[in-house]
Amino acid sequence: MRIARKNTKTSSWLKNDVNLSLLDPLIHKYNGKKGNLIPLLQGTQELYGYLPRGAFEKISNETGLELSEMFGVATFYAQFRLKPVGKHIIKVCHGTACHVQNAKEISESLEEALKIKDGETTDDRIFTLESVACLGCCSLAPVMMIGEQAYGKLTGNESVKIVKNIRLADNN
Amino acid sequence: MNKTTVTVGLGSCGIAAGAGKTYEKIRVLKESDKLDFELKKTSCVGMCYREPLVEIVDETGTYLYGDVNEDRAMEIIEKHIHQQDPIRDYIVQTDLFDAPENDFNEAQVKIVLRNCGYMDPESIEEYEERGGYKAIIKIRDEKISRMDVIQTILDSGLRGRGGGGFSTGMKWKLANGNKSKEKYVICNADEGDPGAFMDRSVLEGDPHSILEGMIIAAFAIEATEGVIYCRAEYPLAIKRLNIALQQGRGKGYLGKNIFGIEGFDFDIRIKEGAGAFVCGEETALIASVEGLRGMPRKRPPFPAQSGLWRQPTNINNVETFANIPWILINGAGAFASYGTEKSKGTKVFALAGKIRRSGLVEVPMGITIKEIIYKLGGGIKNDKKFKAVQLGGPSGGCIPEYLSDTIVDYDSVTATGAIMGSGGMVVMDETTCMVDVAKFFLDFTRKESCGKCTFCRVGTKRMLEILDRITNSEGQQGDIEKLEDLAYQIKDNSLCGLGQTAPNPVLTTIKYFRDEYEAHIFHKKCPAKVCRPLLTYVVDPEKCTGCLVCLKNCPSNAITGERKKVHFIHQEKCTKCGVCYSKCKFESILLS
Ligand SMILES: Cc1cc2nc3c(=O)[nH]c(=O)nc-3n(C[C@H](O)[C@H](O)[C@H](O)COP(=O)(O)O)c2cc1C
Ligand code: FES
Repeated sequence: MRIARKNTKTSSWLKNDVNLSLLDPLIHKYNGKKGNLIPLLQGTQELYGYLPRGAFEKISNETGLELSEMFGVATFYAQFRLKPVGKHIIKVCHGTACHVQNAKEISESLEEALKIKDGETTDDRIFTLESVACLGCCSLAPVMMIGEQAYGKLTGNESVKIVKNIRLADNN
Repeated sequence: MNKTTVTVGLGSCGIAAGAGKTYEKIRVLKESDKLDFELKKTSCVGMCYREPLVEIVDETGTYLYGDVNEDRAMEIIEKHIHQQDPIRDYIVQTDLFDAPENDFNEAQVKIVLRNCGYMDPESIEEYEERGGYKAIIKIRDEKISRMDVIQTILDSGLRGRGGGGFSTGMKWKLANGNKSKEKYVICNADEGDPGAFMDRSVLEGDPHSILEGMIIAAFAIEATEGVIYCRAEYPLAIKRLNIALQQGRGKGYLGKNIFGIEGFDFDIRIKEGAGAFVCGEETALIASVEGLRGMPRKRPPFPAQSGLWRQPTNINNVETFANIPWILINGAGAFASYGTEKSKGTKVFALAGKIRRSGLVEVPMGITIKEIIYKLGGGIKNDKKFKAVQLGGPSGGCIPEYLSDTIVDYDSVTATGAIMGSGGMVVMDETTCMVDVAKFFLDFTRKESCGKCTFCRVGTKRMLEILDRITNSEGQQGDIEKLEDLAYQIKDNSLCGLGQTAPNPVLTTIKYFRDEYEAHIFHKKCPAKVCRPLLTYVVDPEKCTGCLVCLKNCPSNAITGERKKVHFIHQEKCTKCGVCYSKCKFESILLS
């Protein structure tokens, strides 16, 4: 069933260490508009990379949207995250075409190299590993996407190399 | 003399293959060498397996170069542009001589893909030069009535390409019949089937044709607002749609009194999906546009009666809309001349999986699956044996090799137990395990079930547990029957298409590959050598070089051996994780 990323550690989520005033223009833009809930959450996630708890409360207080309704939507859609993510999000495709062309190997190699599991973030908050269903580049399967760049025709070793190079480039 | 043009294919697939770098390289060379050609961008022509593609048109003819990385780009500029000496080895398609992909377009009829890869998708002028927006202008100039537009679509026999296959004209007629001051046209660009990418390609390659299709639908049903519901995973499509919308507004094609038609007010906005397969279902999609959880609801009332904000709403798929302008320009008869009795026109298929030429093809309805796979798709990769083709994604099924003479039309495909679906065609060879494929799809639908219906929510989970058991070497007598029983219960007791079709991949694989299930359950064997717990890993003494790599990587210390001596896997310790198999550079780990 659709309960997105439910392994959220609530402890980190409770901390309000984000600047909530960033939300003001967003709330101003959508307040009172019909169908505004998803765009508000999408906008919030764009600001913080995830949906901080404080943001839920602030939006609810200022727009009158129900907290329960917001939380219901946030956990329904795969896009929304309730915990902070790494600087780079690695999306490994597990669509049909990638599955039959050994996408498993890509995920396993990356899990081993980054020492995290699917859905987790490295301790240094550089990488988050996710699996997704079809990036639309099936002809290049197996595929992964980091940021907006897709990488195709991968092997386990290649995917690890790409990720290592990104880390190197970051350090310089 | 016409100026030479060099065009780089910059669809998502091209960019993933490195076309962005290729384009940059050519741009830099053009500037530094002060070269006299026009550098253009286009989108995907469907030949994804040869990306990055670069087309050169000069006074001698048209040449399509394939696999053009930066180095090849340099070579091509040097030879073809500087010395006017085309490099034959890199040319994949041309009308001048035999090239490896010349036959790729032969059996194709391009209606939906008429512009994809042939123009710059970010230029409204190029779309208009290629006959774009002529259909709506024709409606205006010839004062064609709403009912006549709908009649044309009815006569064409066009059926929805989103999977349901419902008559588009009929839908429009219903929406037209329900009067209201506010009405909506929605384009379903959620493309949820993991393994289909034709909608993405049209959105990226020909966004204006979608807008024009929607404008014509709006005219026909008197809609006031349009919404394109597009997956967030398609950033490039969204970008190009936004460009197209802006250009359209600039020209008065969107807004008030559009195309100078008095009282025709219509604008379109994009709604980004938030990642839920079920939101492809029309009532769930509407809930999602309203900002709610995307849960389907009961029909009737149908969206044509009560859709977005309880107003009459017409929802069509991307490919459906892309057909509309063509039909109005060329006539219903021209469209209906392609296809079979009950399935008219063409269908775009996304070929993927173990097929040599993976990409997009558009074929007239009625051609056989075999023709698509062998003639267009070039057969199976690495000369492996063709086993089955999966059609219709998570709602569809696997059609085995011996039924590959099945023709593609809605009814013939449905008769096999699969569905036409959106047109994703994932080809599988002897190394694909059908039980594993069934498990894959069920895992997908289980995760994506919205949770409303018990049978869909819990039933898929129970089925998955059985499949997990079977692939984990713990299958039991009676498992197949239990799967079938659950499957029919889920089909009968689910509200929306997701649950009603979720068991299809399991049912079709049981129907056509029962022996494979039995091998897993009774003989504890996976014939395709995919399900690891059913495999035994051994070292091939002929090939092992004694490099110690597997030994060092084995997480359970199950491998012993010395440098330059054949290693040994101790079966009692082996956890069958497969690490040795993927790490060995000499293919010396055997599966049996
Ligand atoms: C679970 C489920 C997922 C669907 N996903 C899509 C989709 O991704 N794209 C699509 O166009 N139609 C999808 N549909 C079909 C739509 O409900 C609807 O029939 C279609 O958008 C109508 O357009 P058409 O008549 O042009 O095909 C889906 C249906 C179901 C039940
Ligand atoms: S299945 Fe991986 S990109 Fe489509």
